[in-house]
Amino acid sequence: MQGSIKKVSATVAVLALGVAGLSGCGGGGKADDAPKASGGKVYYMNFKPEVATQWEDLAKKYTDETGTKVNVQTAASGTYDQALKSEMSKAEAPTLFQVTGPVGLKTWKDYVSDVSDTEPYRQLTDKSTALKDDSGKVVAIPFVTESIGIIYNKDILKKYCQLPDAAVKSASQIKSFKQLKAVADGLQKHRDELGIKGAFTSAGMDSSSNWRFGQQLAAVPLYYEFKDENTVQKQPATIKGTYLPEFRQMWDLYLKDSTTEPSKLGSVTLDDANSEFATGSAALYQNGTWSWTDLRDAGFQADNVGMIPMYIGVKGEQNQGLTTGTMNYWCINKKISKKDRQATEDFLKWVITSDDGKKAMSEDMGFTTPFKSFADVKTENPLVEIAQKDSKSKTEKIPWVHTMQPSATWQNNVYDAMLEYAQGTGNWDMVVHRFVDGWATEVQATKD
Amino acid sequence: MISMIGKSIRRWWAVFLLPTLVAFLIGFLIPFVMGIYLSFTRFTTVTDAHWVGLSNYSGLLADREFQHSLVFTVLFTIVTTLVVNVAGFFVAYMFTKAMKGANLFRAVFFMPNLIGGIILGYVWQLLLNGVFGHWGRSLTYSGTYGFWGLVILMCWQQIGYMMVIYIAGMQSLPDDVMEAASVDGASPRQILFRITIPLMMPSITVCTFLTVTNGFKLFDQNLALTNGAPSNTSEMLALNIYRTFYGRTGYEGVGQAKAVIFFLIVAVVALIQNKLTTSKEVAA
Repeated sequence: MQGSIKKVSATVAVLALGVAGLSGCGGGGKADDAPKASGGKVYYMNFKPEVATQWEDLAKKYTDETGTKVNVQTAASGTYDQALKSEMSKAEAPTLFQVTGPVGLKTWKDYVSDVSDTEPYRQLTDKSTALKDDSGKVVAIPFVTESIGIIYNKDILKKYCQLPDAAVKSASQIKSFKQLKAVADGLQKHRDELGIKGAFTSAGMDSSSNWRFGQQLAAVPLYYEFKDENTVQKQPATIKGTYLPEFRQMWDLYLKDSTTEPSKLGSVTLDDANSEFATGSAALYQNGTWSWTDLRDAGFQADNVGMIPMYIGVKGEQNQGLTTGTMNYWCINKKISKKDRQATEDFLKWVITSDDGKKAMSEDMGFTTPFKSFADVKTENPLVEIAQKDSKSKTEKIPWVHTMQPSATWQNNVYDAMLEYAQGTGNWDMVVHRFVDGWATEVQATKD
Repeated sequence: MISMIGKSIRRWWAVFLLPTLVAFLIGFLIPFVMGIYLSFTRFTTVTDAHWVGLSNYSGLLADREFQHSLVFTVLFTIVTTLVVNVAGFFVAYMFTKAMKGANLFRAVFFMPNLIGGIILGYVWQLLLNGVFGHWGRSLTYSGTYGFWGLVILMCWQQIGYMMVIYIAGMQSLPDDVMEAASVDGASPRQILFRITIPLMMPSITVCTFLTVTNGFKLFDQNLALTNGAPSNTSEMLALNIYRTFYGRTGYEGVGQAKAVIFFLIVAVVALIQNKLTTSKEVAA
């Protein structure tokens, strides 16, 4: 009798483990590996999931034209590092991959190679934007320029400006934090008349949105401090947090003049913020040029969108421009054959100089590129248009200094503290501590 | 008959054994050995590592967040093991008694198991945040919220699964022993505690083993439901390892070292648990 009980439970247990084991296997599905061609081949590991199909189409076109096999793989959002780490250990490793900036470059320093003799570098408008390794070799080339600012709804702002107690006559008069605050407070006060729920979209602090604040907003106080200390080009070992009071007043503004109570921010996503702005429930929305495709898809009109810099209240900010830079750099894998390297270089050249390549990058993917060959390309993205106008003006552009953040851990710790401050379970000292002391700790921890 | 089977097994054993063996090697043994090796190295990709000795392990004991996640995980495992098994057993006990619609209920209770952990995590995040929203809060309010959120999710998912195992065990209980007991005048309560439960120990061994190891290894649900928020206070061991691995440049080896320690902890706990419950198994 005992035997049969044991047998039954053993069978069940085996089944149980089997099912659990099998379910663990799902999800990791990969498209088939690059077919072997006689000549060199290209394997591109793409960072941006939103343009995955566009890259695949472009690769196919190139293969049809030249016969060179191009394999494009894209990692799911937020998993690029994981995917790249496993792909790189394969025999058929990516020939072309991306890093996000100086810190990302450090991870891959043994895999990047000299790219100074490639077409993208030759075409680069501003050669100083390419990244160099410790020995001064050019190893990473930016291929997209993006700008971040506060996106606003022109119609709502226009309505606001006609109110008797409006702080400005038109949106273009907003030139400082003081004016921005006055406008946001006014919008919030008159939100019922204006038909909105709040001035700013919800500053969602769930993981889909936290980079807007822990990373991109934090870049503004970082930049001004780096400028004071003369370290805009190089990651300092320690920081002082000189402009954290300004950072705080900006964060307070986002929390106060918002569609959502601060205590609920932990559950609000980027999609929420995006749809609040797209449907006109909020007038101000901090994001970058890339967010246009989402707004357009939600039915937003191109002539109704504007963008101003993120003014946080630093002296002399009237002259501040948008936060313009990139987190997209091309690197060519050092550990590949000569043939594959040649094929990769040819592919890159074709992408940025041929009509098909240029059209794909600028129109289909909606990129603004830093290459001379794209001088004749016009954009349909109104935010990019604003950014281009800004880059030609004399404003003081803020570079993407957040690429110098010492580690993902630093950023996560900072926004965790910002979240706790927002929902009232933590205080601002924690943000300061993680921002300033955390920087030194993380720089130290990631030193070789 | 037996000798014939024996003969064909002797001839064909390779066909039956080798595929599993190869799968076991590729899917388990090789990664396992590599993982241990990698914990003593500094590496970016697994094929490209250089030896650094024990330096990945030094400082692990002083890592406060690692300690916190360890305590969190142990508490979580204790709570879920108790709740899931007691509830699973109770539900199974109910459904093996004559009851209308028992089959339907069995299927319904089992269903949560068919949903992936990530999806469950997001669904429960929406549900719980909806509830907390009434008080103007969210799951990220404190680590305690995350803890109980995870417990609720885990119970919801696993009770039905353990129920199935318990039902299988109960259905194979010997009728003669039960009958003898009731003829001898044992009360239902006495039958349950003196006869059913002791005879069910093999199932209980299996179920506690599964719940204990599942509790320790929980990752998907943790990642999707709280992602450690706020400030890693609702972070379990597996998530801590993952975050260590990808959180900083050059910390892959440290994450790997944590994973080795994690393995040791889970192995020791599972062995102790197995020993404890098997020692209580009796023959009818």
